[in-house]
Amino acid sequence: MKRKNLIQKFWNYFLLFVTFIVVVFVLGIIIYVIIKGWPALSWEFITQKPAAGMREGGIFPAILGTLYLIIGTIIFSLPIGIFAAIYLNEYASKNRLTRIIRLSIVNVSGVPSVVFGLFGLGFFVIFLNFGKSILAGSLTLALLILPVIITATEEALKTVPNSYRQASLALGATKWQTITKITLPQALPGIITGSVIGIGRAAGETAPIIFTVAAFSQPNLPNSIFSQVMALPYHLFVLATQLPNAPEDMQWGTALVLLIMVLFFATIGTVVRTRSRLRRVNL
Amino acid sequence: MKNNIKIQTRNYGFYYGNTKVLADIDMDILKNSTTAIIGPSGCGKSTFIRTFNRMNDLIVNAKVAGEIKIDGIDIYKDNIDVVDLRKKVGMVFQRPNPFPKTIYENIVYGPRLHKRCTKQQLDNIVEVSLKKSALWDEVKNKLRGSAMELSGGQQQRLCIARVLAVDPEIILMDEPASSLDPISTQRIEDLIDELKENYTIIIVTHNMQQAARVSQKTAFLLTENIGEPAKLIEYDNTDKIFTNPSDKRTENYITGRFG
Ligand SMILES: Nc1ncnc2c1ncn2[C@@H]1O[C@H](COP(=O)(O)OP(=O)(O)OP(=O)(O)O)[C@@H](O)[C@H]1O
Ligand SMILES: [Mg+2]
Repeated sequence: MKRKNLIQKFWNYFLLFVTFIVVVFVLGIIIYVIIKGWPALSWEFITQKPAAGMREGGIFPAILGTLYLIIGTIIFSLPIGIFAAIYLNEYASKNRLTRIIRLSIVNVSGVPSVVFGLFGLGFFVIFLNFGKSILAGSLTLALLILPVIITATEEALKTVPNSYRQASLALGATKWQTITKITLPQALPGIITGSVIGIGRAAGETAPIIFTVAAFSQPNLPNSIFSQVMALPYHLFVLATQLPNAPEDMQWGTALVLLIMVLFFATIGTVVRTRSRLRRVNL
Repeated sequence: MKNNIKIQTRNYGFYYGNTKVLADIDMDILKNSTTAIIGPSGCGKSTFIRTFNRMNDLIVNAKVAGEIKIDGIDIYKDNIDVVDLRKKVGMVFQRPNPFPKTIYENIVYGPRLHKRCTKQQLDNIVEVSLKKSALWDEVKNKLRGSAMELSGGQQQRLCIARVLAVDPEIILMDEPASSLDPISTQRIEDLIDELKENYTIIIVTHNMQQAARVSQKTAFLLTENIGEPAKLIEYDNTDKIFTNPSDKRTENYITGRFG
């Protein structure tokens, strides 16, 4: 009995310790980036174009570029991902074909992002002749995160009890009405969580955008979806490795801005999720 | 007598894949009355009543044989609109399953699917349905509160109100009180008794007393040998079934349950 208690205690503390380490590392990285990047942050830094061979001035074109890429990725990946998940979970019968589809989705999520970049270059940039552009970059990033969104949406749809679907159908709702009025609203929090994770990943990816959109230097702001743009992750890479004597605090400043943008999207997601959950519980 | 018949089954059978679970059921179900379906667990009572609103369509490889007519129309004919059928044939499930929405939204869900309604019409539907399901007094001050916060018995009456709101003619109930306490059960039974004036009710129940209390007709289904489909052993006035059944097997079943 005593021994059992001791073992129980040990595992409790061990798990606590492991969790603690994870939290320390995550917080550590964030705090480190903030400390190192803070001095570089200024109004000028986030609103001005680069100057003096990108060793001075700001990073506004890269911020804008990443923002456009995030929006483009959302536009392409969310509808396709959500519809695909609805098809798989609500319509497709459980047969060999759907098993193969699911298996491919899982495998696609294991493909290194640099391979997506190469594919984007070959298919969107060259074959479809989009050129290195916001369009090609967004499409490539969307493909990259589709598995995340499909999987998360499917999981979320699975958590909706079948009794709700049955009640709706028995009242004379069509399958589609049941999906739009009952199933999707119920699954929304899970879908948002998955999407935020996917979009956060897309925002920070470097390899795919090098092939498909990112410019080493492009001080002119984009004027169409066929424009090439600068983007934060690639700009960070350039500052850190391609430009001799680039001031270090600009690198950390860029990293901090990227972090803030991703956290910003995550926060929007959290707010929407919490509100829809509150609505569900309280109303 | 003839136009008193609401539902008619002839040679009815049901298959899950290659397994036939029900066979040779000929039944005439009377309008504006309550018909109870009894029988041992697994004999196919749920399967049987789910054919009347074609909820079995959702199950892959499930197949119906024979004829089922409602108001003289075969509901498994190609030109039948399942949505219209389900408007006409409502269903109350074993476990109360209100939507995680407000009480008000639960009730207007059905009507809103089928036609455009003004706010006033919807308010009216909500009040009438809740009054019919004997829930109005308990919830009239919290229509905008969550349906999930009601008790199990209240939730089940809400589900009945939700069905009444689409103005059905037939109401199927699959063990509607089996998850409820005695008092809630009593209220559901009283409600069924009132509703049968205007609706045709078919109720599945494991509770013999309940069948005896609420129904006018009772059908007894039984699988005699494992692996064979269940059949309709006896179908008669409830009084007769419970006092003087014609079939030995019916007697064994109901006395076994009583004893
Ligand atoms: N989806 C299904 N696929 C295959 N077989 C099924 C399915 N649903 C039910 N069955 C089988 O059909 C038979 C009848 O089931 P059903 O649920 O209609 O019985 P029941 O009389 O309602 O039982 P209970 O009183 O326990 O609710 C059972 O043998 C069951 O195993
Ligand atoms: Mg059943």
